[in-house]
Amino acid sequence: MKSSIMNARRSGLAMAAALALALTACSSGGDSDTSSSDAGGGDSGGGDANLSITFLPKNLGNAYFDTSNSVGGQSAIEEFGGTYEEVGPAEATPDSQVPFINTAAQQGVGALVVSANDPAAICDALNEARDAGVKVVTYDSDTNADCRDLFINQATADGIAQVQVDMIAEQIGDEGQIAVLSASANATNQNAWIATMEEILASDHPNIELVDVVYGDDDDQTSFDKTAALLQTYPDLKGIVSPTTVGISAAARYLSTSEYKGQVAITGLGTPNQMREYVEDGTVTEFALWNPADLGYLAAYAAKALIEGEITGAEGDSFDAGTLGSYTVGADGVVLLGDPYRFNADNIGDFDF
Amino acid sequence: MTLTETRERTASLGQRALALVKQREVGVLAALILVIVITTAKNPNFLFSNDGFRDLLVTPSLLMLIAVGQAMVIITRNVDLSVGSVMGLSAYLVGRVFVDFAWLPWPTVFLIGLAFGGGLGLINGLVVAYAKVPSLVVTLGTLYAYRGINVMWTGSERINASDMPREFLALGTESIGRIPVITLIALVVLGAAGWYMTTQRGGREFYAMGSDPDAATLYGLNVRRRLITAFVVSGALAGLAGVLYAARYGTVNSQVGSGYELQAVGAAVIGGVAIFGGSGTVFGAAIGAFLLMTINRALPVLGVQDFWQQAVVGVLIVGAIVLDRLAATRQERALARERERSHD
Repeated sequence: MKSSIMNARRSGLAMAAALALALTACSSGGDSDTSSSDAGGGDSGGGDANLSITFLPKNLGNAYFDTSNSVGGQSAIEEFGGTYEEVGPAEATPDSQVPFINTAAQQGVGALVVSANDPAAICDALNEARDAGVKVVTYDSDTNADCRDLFINQATADGIAQVQVDMIAEQIGDEGQIAVLSASANATNQNAWIATMEEILASDHPNIELVDVVYGDDDDQTSFDKTAALLQTYPDLKGIVSPTTVGISAAARYLSTSEYKGQVAITGLGTPNQMREYVEDGTVTEFALWNPADLGYLAAYAAKALIEGEITGAEGDSFDAGTLGSYTVGADGVVLLGDPYRFNADNIGDFDF
Repeated sequence: MTLTETRERTASLGQRALALVKQREVGVLAALILVIVITTAKNPNFLFSNDGFRDLLVTPSLLMLIAVGQAMVIITRNVDLSVGSVMGLSAYLVGRVFVDFAWLPWPTVFLIGLAFGGGLGLINGLVVAYAKVPSLVVTLGTLYAYRGINVMWTGSERINASDMPREFLALGTESIGRIPVITLIALVVLGAAGWYMTTQRGGREFYAMGSDPDAATLYGLNVRRRLITAFVVSGALAGLAGVLYAARYGTVNSQVGSGYELQAVGAAVIGGVAIFGGSGTVFGAAIGAFLLMTINRALPVLGVQDFWQQAVVGVLIVGAIVLDRLAATRQERALARERERSHD
């Protein structure tokens, strides 16, 4: 497993090097175009690579994007000496990002890092920007694959299922009854994760029994009452896994004032702000989600690699992402951030989203 | 004491007992006890564990508050469909107060919630009373309008438990002598509303308006004022429910309370409040709320699969109404027969 990744990385590197050589001419041609238009606009571009990178989140004033952009993205850009800027609409409506994309293209930025409000609505604007020489990286939420150079994917279904099984197994001593508190019965993501979790449990954790899957409909009150019902129905229950941020916080809230506090473990996917109270009072040991700061950091380094022509976004391309190490582009120009990030009492104070 | 006197007294005692059994509230209460007994037999934790006992009392309390207000409105031959949205908006307002005005002593949020909910109810009442638009239409409009404001204001934000004071959140689970605080609040409100509706002149006028609005107006009752009062009370109780929701659930987003309006109407109807006004009691509505929420909680314990639970609740509501209808027609027939006999 490990060696095959290494091989893939090495061959990716070789390919990237060859491509970079072949493409130097093109990209430098593109650069000169941009800088001439810059001169016309009265902007002082300068430098050999235009490392000005603009972050365009779904909307401004969203704690999740504040973390990914001004914590993750900005620190990456400062590390490699580029210029950071963040623009964005007040509301996350499908076409609200278009004017910001057009403006960035006119300003001749090096790259746009976008979390798309709609996979198709901003495609034309993005492609116009790319024609003008702007590199486009999507993160958090992708567009159609033909409107961007790279997509930084925060997590895969397998990774999410695996981390949840790992956490619950650790917290209950790899033995006993567990239940799942999901979103709605027809939520595609959750159902896929639960199916994968069942497979992993069956093959790797034979002593853990998944006794029930209940649905809180991503509603605080329903999730809360379903948690109460689970605890009453299964007196021997050892743990609850909730792969939804609403469910896990409602379950933790119920458990925090219940007689079962400390006897039943709760884990799953949550955000630090929602879970802080329950981690601090000892109801919850550990939960997971991706780290948005890492996501923004990786997106910034991917944008830099594209601008400098180190990669083109082809499968197998590999680039360096500062403290996160080296990453390889997968199929369809997707870069996977890695395993979900685990939050616990030691690190939850570092996050605010 | 003569023989006839004693016979009369025993008869009236028997009649009184019979009348009590025939009362709707008693029937609903019996159904509630039956549900609790069956569920407890299946799983003793439902009643006898600390959590179980607490949840049994706490969970229906919010709906009880709203159902009491709803019953007062329905008794006047109106309906308030905006209560769920009023509750949601008040809950978010309370959360914002904790975030933005952290220096305010936390008990003031109860006044804020009551006043704010009452204000939203006042809007409903004024439009219904002065614009003469049916309350069904007005409150359907404000159901969406208040929710829309809530969504616009809240966006994708949410108020988390860590934003609210510990003492306030503790109210959601605290008990005084085994009875949860939230339930005590609901019972006090129920007692006050019941006292007003059964013994006070204003309360009796609610029934008069619901029985025959034209007659009430002709008789010189201040129909407009009573109408506005009913909506203000309903709104204020929804506001209070919003405050208690924040304390109980610890998380407030833009969807708090959606669907409560129909549950409240359902609770009132199950509890014997006639949907066209004029009869029923707030006590019945409160017991109806209790029954509805307890059934909801009992079904998972009884092992009814998730997907079937809502369907079962629906069947129970329809069943309750059909039973009520049958009982009412039988009573009408009996009354008519009696009338004929007395004319003979």
